[in-house]
Amino acid sequence: MAANAAAHADDHDHDHGHAIPHGWRRYLLSTNHKDIGTLYLIFAIVAGLIGGALSMAMRAELAGNHIGVFLTLSQIMTGNGTEDGAKNLYNVFITAHGVIMIFFLVMPALIGGFGNWFVPIMIGAPDMAFPRMNNISFWLLPAALSLLMISMFVPGAAGFNGFGGGWVMYPPLSSGGAGGTPGPAMDFVILALHLAGASSILGAINFITTIFNMRAPGMTMHKMPLFAWSVLVTAFLLVLALPVLAGAITMLLTDRNFGTTFFNPAGGGDPILFQHLFWFFGHPEVYILILPGFGIISQIVSTFSRKPVFGYLGMAYAMVAIGGVGFVVWAHHMYTTGMSLGMQQYFEFATMVIAVPTGVKIFSWIATMWGGSISFRTPMIWAIGFIFLFTVGGVTGVVLANAGVDRALHETYYVVAHFHYTMSLGAVFTIFAGWYYWFPKMSGYMYNEKLANLHFAMLFIGVNLVFFPQHFLGLAGMPRRYIVYPDAYLLWNQVSSFGALVSGLSVLVFAWVTIDAFAKKRVAGDNPWGVGADTLEWTLSSPPPFHQFETLPRIAEGAAH
Amino acid sequence: MADAHAASGHAPGHDYHLVDPSPWPLVGSISAFTMAVGLVMSMKGIEIGALKAGPFVLGAGFIGVLFTMASWWRDVIAEAESGKYHTRIVQIGLRYGMILFIASEVMFFVAWFWAYFDASIFAAAKDQYARNATIGGMWPPKGIEVLDPLNLPLFNTLILLTSGTTVTWAHHALLEGDRKSLKTGLLLTVLLGMLFTGVQAWEYAHAPFAFKNSIFGATFFMATGFHGFHVIVGTIFLLICLLRANAGQFTPERHLGFEFAAWYWHFVDVVWLFLFSCIYVWGSWGAMIEGAAR
Repeated sequence: MAANAAAHADDHDHDHGHAIPHGWRRYLLSTNHKDIGTLYLIFAIVAGLIGGALSMAMRAELAGNHIGVFLTLSQIMTGNGTEDGAKNLYNVFITAHGVIMIFFLVMPALIGGFGNWFVPIMIGAPDMAFPRMNNISFWLLPAALSLLMISMFVPGAAGFNGFGGGWVMYPPLSSGGAGGTPGPAMDFVILALHLAGASSILGAINFITTIFNMRAPGMTMHKMPLFAWSVLVTAFLLVLALPVLAGAITMLLTDRNFGTTFFNPAGGGDPILFQHLFWFFGHPEVYILILPGFGIISQIVSTFSRKPVFGYLGMAYAMVAIGGVGFVVWAHHMYTTGMSLGMQQYFEFATMVIAVPTGVKIFSWIATMWGGSISFRTPMIWAIGFIFLFTVGGVTGVVLANAGVDRALHETYYVVAHFHYTMSLGAVFTIFAGWYYWFPKMSGYMYNEKLANLHFAMLFIGVNLVFFPQHFLGLAGMPRRYIVYPDAYLLWNQVSSFGALVSGLSVLVFAWVTIDAFAKKRVAGDNPWGVGADTLEWTLSSPPPFHQFETLPRIAEGAAH
Repeated sequence: MADAHAASGHAPGHDYHLVDPSPWPLVGSISAFTMAVGLVMSMKGIEIGALKAGPFVLGAGFIGVLFTMASWWRDVIAEAESGKYHTRIVQIGLRYGMILFIASEVMFFVAWFWAYFDASIFAAAKDQYARNATIGGMWPPKGIEVLDPLNLPLFNTLILLTSGTTVTWAHHALLEGDRKSLKTGLLLTVLLGMLFTGVQAWEYAHAPFAFKNSIFGATFFMATGFHGFHVIVGTIFLLICLLRANAGQFTPERHLGFEFAAWYWHFVDVVWLFLFSCIYVWGSWGAMIEGAAR
């Protein structure tokens, strides 16, 4: 990442004032990677607020052990104020929360937002390889989210609105028959995922082509910043995994509407087939969600330790290994479907293998900090928080990888705690780490670090209060996806819901930090982080010119990565 | 659209293509959304007033998508023909893009083959008792009369393989500057593609098994149907190449559009070989043996 000697080339490049599109055209018709990145980030924030509001409603409901909040919500949203209406709406909220947070918050923020903004800059390219296709990757997402939102308000299961079968959409819950979801709500979910999937595949093709074809002179693959590496691996997972999901949900669509029987044993089909197809996509998907975050954390830890990343090549190829092995572990989500003991043994073993490259990453981050001149600026605090929380989520993942243990913990709150430690505490913390790391670069303004640290403290305490007690609930046998529970689970649910309140309030602090930064207009300067920040984006102005690198930067031959 | 860099008076110091702002992504997304809503309305028979509006909404969205594709690719062809934008490095990028797109298509077909093998290889799996009750623990399922793979399917295989040679003939003609053979080769490929589609349609219409309520019909028609859809897309792609060749486009050095059409056609061809060997030949094996025993 030796930009220092290489490229101040662009500092004096002026924008061609008349060449920059203005007004709504600049964004709606955009072919500029930074503008499209900004659109993605705004979209992710909006989707995150919707998905977060859904989870707040669920935690409010679970704060007490009788159905309450959702009776009112169901009365307002559907006019059906009965307990059955409340139960259905609760499951609709769970489903929408999952789909929104995965497809419309984490992926757009990490890949679409930060990926678009910084991958071209970090490799010394003036834009993405296919700038026009980049824009349809974005605009398909509002279309997809709209379809998903419509789904919540149209008939689903008999007598109710929306689809409540969870983001995994297993048949027969998602089938058209009795006991399934015959209404159009499910079809809207399917088509929402088709559009979101098309968006991601096109985006992934764009990233791979950009990284393979548009690196600046001297920017070899083995000098490329780890964030670019992480997006490259992620993009390959997207290209190879998402089409399989597209096939699976197309089968679901034809089963529901055109009389095929892929998942219906009465016609010779197999409901477990859907689970295989889904998780063949779904497991790579969880690495799609976290790998770009790994890349961000590597940049931040290196920057604020003022050291190159420890074991750079090992870090890059650990991500390749995680991506590769991620394709052959999918059935560990299906231990309880009755598959043979041999298959369970294989998937258990393969799953545990992933702990090795993941361990390489965790220990290399720590080794990067070791002996470094660490400054605890806001992004670094988020990064350290991430390393701790992700380790907790990773360790419970190893627990769940045991097919025998999973017999007891499958579909309990232990699983909920596990994947929220990797996603809601892991991936989301990397989003905020990246946000506070690059905000000065993207906006040109510095935020109030004390406020930003308060945001960190509140969210860190909040999410730990939400999810740590859920380990206890899961071990005590509390199942997922239920609106009520026995009295024995009351205490830890109350703690969890209190934590949700704290996390919810931290969003207000986040808004405060952002509004404050734009209001006070403290000029950040080209590089607010000092000598540790040695990737190419810090050689540009803040915000960077409309088209950077009109003269390509040249990376010195002997330069370290 | 105006060329920003030419207008500013100096060229950028790189060979990449910074594309001008374009309305097509936004128009395409709105059309895709309309199409999705129309599809759900059509499938569920949702009425607006007393009118079953689904097919109209679906049609409007579909026209929008087609319009977007036509406009978008018209722009791409214009950019290519201007000679200013598709530099050597941009051409390499376009190649990456097409290869990756085909890779994603391959994975899409993996899903359909997976469904087929799940039902056919594990037809006798003991734990699938509900399925066994339906298909009798055998593949093809009990009571299914299959197509003779050595009849029309073999004929179609030969058609597609022949079309692979004609498109290669066209390619070599293009490289040699033999425009007449280029057009003949392309025309033959398009005609063979259309013949394949026609034979496939005839076979569908006369198939001895149903699309509905049978895993045999579901896997057969959806896998070969999606392949057929790709044949139609590939045929249109080649037809566009023929029209472009007639318009004097493509040179021995620069003909990415033609090359991509040929790649796509070979991809469709290879998928068919897997369909033919796995679904038509191997998938009807049991039936033939059983017939012989009777």
